[in-house]
Amino acid sequence: MSKPALLDYAARWWMRLFLAMFFLLLYAPIVILIIFSFNDSKRNIVWRGATGKYYAKAWANDSLIEAFINSLTIAVANMIVGTLLGVITAILLWRFRFPAKKAVEGVLALPIVIPEICMGVAMLVFFNKWWPNNLVWPLNLVNIIIAHVTFTFPFVAVIVRGQLAGLNREFELAAMDLGASEWRAMIDVLLPQIKPSIIAGALIAFTLSLEDFVITYFTAGPDSITLPVKINSMVRFSVTPEVNAASTILIIITIVAVWLAMRIQKEKTNG
Amino acid sequence: MGKTVLSIENIVKKFGNVAAVNGVSLTIQDGDFFALLGPSGCGKTTLLRMLGGFDSPTSGHIFMDGIDITDVPPNKRQINMLFQSYAVFPHMNVEDNVAYGLRMEKRPTTEINQRVQEALALVRMEEFAKRPPDKLSGGQRQRVALARALIKKPRILLLDEPLSALDAKLRGAMQTELVRLQQTVGITFIIVTHDQDEALSMATRIAVMDEGSFCQVDAPRVLYEAPSSRFVADFIGRMNMHECIVIAEQDNGYCINAGGDMGEISVRHAPLPGVRAGDKIYYGVRPEKVIFSKDKPADNVGNAVVLENYSYHGDETLLYCRSQDGTLWTCTLTNDRRNFTPVNVGELGWLTWAADNMILLAK
Ligand SMILES: Nc1ncnc2c1ncn2[C@@H]1O[C@H](COP(=O)(O)OP(=O)(O)OP(=O)(O)O)[C@@H](O)[C@H]1O
Ligand SMILES: [Mg+2]
Repeated sequence: MSKPALLDYAARWWMRLFLAMFFLLLYAPIVILIIFSFNDSKRNIVWRGATGKYYAKAWANDSLIEAFINSLTIAVANMIVGTLLGVITAILLWRFRFPAKKAVEGVLALPIVIPEICMGVAMLVFFNKWWPNNLVWPLNLVNIIIAHVTFTFPFVAVIVRGQLAGLNREFELAAMDLGASEWRAMIDVLLPQIKPSIIAGALIAFTLSLEDFVITYFTAGPDSITLPVKINSMVRFSVTPEVNAASTILIIITIVAVWLAMRIQKEKTNG
Repeated sequence: MGKTVLSIENIVKKFGNVAAVNGVSLTIQDGDFFALLGPSGCGKTTLLRMLGGFDSPTSGHIFMDGIDITDVPPNKRQINMLFQSYAVFPHMNVEDNVAYGLRMEKRPTTEINQRVQEALALVRMEEFAKRPPDKLSGGQRQRVALARALIKKPRILLLDEPLSALDAKLRGAMQTELVRLQQTVGITFIIVTHDQDEALSMATRIAVMDEGSFCQVDAPRVLYEAPSSRFVADFIGRMNMHECIVIAEQDNGYCINAGGDMGEISVRHAPLPGVRAGDKIYYGVRPEKVIFSKDKPADNVGNAVVLENYSYHGDETLLYCRSQDGTLWTCTLTNDRRNFTPVNVGELGWLTWAADNMILLAK
C-alpha cells in the first residue's frame, strides 16, 4: 500500500482507532440499552435470551402510554408554535432596523444559555401563580407547551438567522421588481430559500421538547406526565427492561424524525 | 422616439450626512440606450435603485410620462431591473423564473406559456426551459434574468453592471446581444457600468458621474471628442493633458501658448465660457491623434521627444515619450503590418499632431 495522502486521515491506524473509540463511547450505551430491552429477565443485568414481552408490557401499561401520547402531543405542538415563532423572530431581526436591536438579539439567546434548572424553577413559579389547574386534556398540557416553546424557539431563530445572514437580498428585490408584494416575495422567494434551516430548526424544537426532562419536571402536574418524567419515576423503583423498551421507542422516534427531515432536505436540493 | 419617458429633478440621496447622490437632474428619451458611467463609489447603483423604487430619495422627484412616481413602490412601476447578481431564483427552473412576473399579474395560463416561449426565444434560451439555474453558465443565467425582466414589457429596463461578471469574450458577445435586444423590443435601457468601452460602444447617451453628481451628459462621440472637463477627458480614454496660457480669443477658437517647442498655436475650438486672454487653462490631445516621426511634419504642432518606453498590446503599441521640458507624452501606433518592429527605446523623434485635434479645457 502506498503512503496515505496528506488529508486522507482515515487511512492512518491511530485515526481509525480514535474514530472507533469515539463511536463506541458515543453509541455503546444506546446499543446496550436497546439490546437489553429484549432481555428476558426482570433484573436487566444478565442476558437470559430474547423476548418481545416487555414491549407488550409497556404497551399494556396505561400510564406509560398516556405519558407517551402526552409527550408526542407536546412535541408536535411545540414544534409548530416554536418554529413559527422562531422563523418570524429571525426574519424580523434580519429585515428591520429598530432601536435596541442588539439588546433584543442578546436577550433572545438567553434561554439557550440559562441553565435549564433555572428556567424550570422560573416556570414553576410563574405557572403556580398565574395558571389555572385542573384543566381537561389536552388543555392541561398547554403550560408545558408554553414552557417548551420559550426555550426551543430561540434555537429555531438562531438557526434560521444564520442562514438568512448569508442570503442575497436581491432575490427578494427581484421578486418585488417583477410585481410581487413584499408579502408575496417573502413567501415565494425568501421562505423556499431558508427551508433547510426551517426544517432543521423544527426538528431540533421537536427533539428538544420530546426529550426534555428538567423543565417539564417542574411544570408537569400529576395528570400531565411526559415520557421522560415517567421513565424517571419508573427508574426510581428499578431499571426493568420495560424502561428500556420505552426508551428504545423514544430513540426510534427521534431517529425517524431526523431521517425524515434529512430526506425532505435532500429532495429539495435535488430539485 | 424622442419623447421624454423619464425625468428626474434634483435627486439627493444621503446616507447619514454623506450624499451618495448629490442633486442630479436628467431627462431620458423613449428608446434611449442610456449609460451611467463613473468610478467606483460615485453613486451609480444608488441612483439606479431610486429609479427602480428600491430606495427613496432624500429629496427630489422622479417623473415618468410626466407623472410623479417618486413614492411608487417597485411592484407598481413600469420599470424593471436586471440585478448585478442576476437574482435568478434558485428554487425555480428557467421557465418558472421567466413566468414569475406574469403570474404576479395573474395572466391566463395560455398567455403565460406563449409569452414565456417568446421571451426565451428572444434571448435564445428555448432549449433550457426546464433547467434549474444552478445548471446554467453565468451568461445563460443572465439571459434568463433578461427574459424575466423583458417579459413584463416595461417602459424602462435598468441594468446594474450586467456584464461585469462575464469573461472578456462573452462580454463582447453580450454587448452586441444587448444592443440587438434593445433595438428589437424598443424598450429604454439605463445601464450602469464602469467600463468606458462598454458605454461608448453600446449607449446612445452617456452620463459621466463623479462623487454623486453628473459631470457631463452627452452622446458617446461628443463625450470622447469634446469632453467638457478635465475629469471627463481623463476618465474616458487616454489623454495627453498639459497646461497652457490663453494668448487671445479668436473668431472661431483661441490662440494659446503651450510652451516647449510649440510656442503659440491657433486652435479652432468651441467657445469656453468665462475664458479670457491671460487665463491659465489645459489642453489635451488623444494618443491616437498623435504621430511619432523622425522629422517634424510641416503642418503639425508638437515637441521633439525621446522614446522612453513602450508597451505592446497586440493590435497597437503605446509609446511613452518625454519632451525636453520633462513632460510625459503617450502615442498609439497601430500595428498594421505583421513584420513590424516599430520603435527602439532611446530613439529621438517628434511627437506631433494637427492643431485642430487639440481639446481646450477650462476646468
Ligand atoms: N446603504 C448604504 N449605507 C451607507 N452608505 C452607502 C449605502 N449604499 C451606498 N453607500 C455609499 O454611497 C456611495 C455610492 O455607492 P454606490 O453603490 O451607489 O456606488 P457605485 O457607483 O454603484 O459604485 P460601484 O461601481 O463600486 O458599484 C458609496 O460611497 C457607498 O459607500
Ligand atoms: Mg454599483
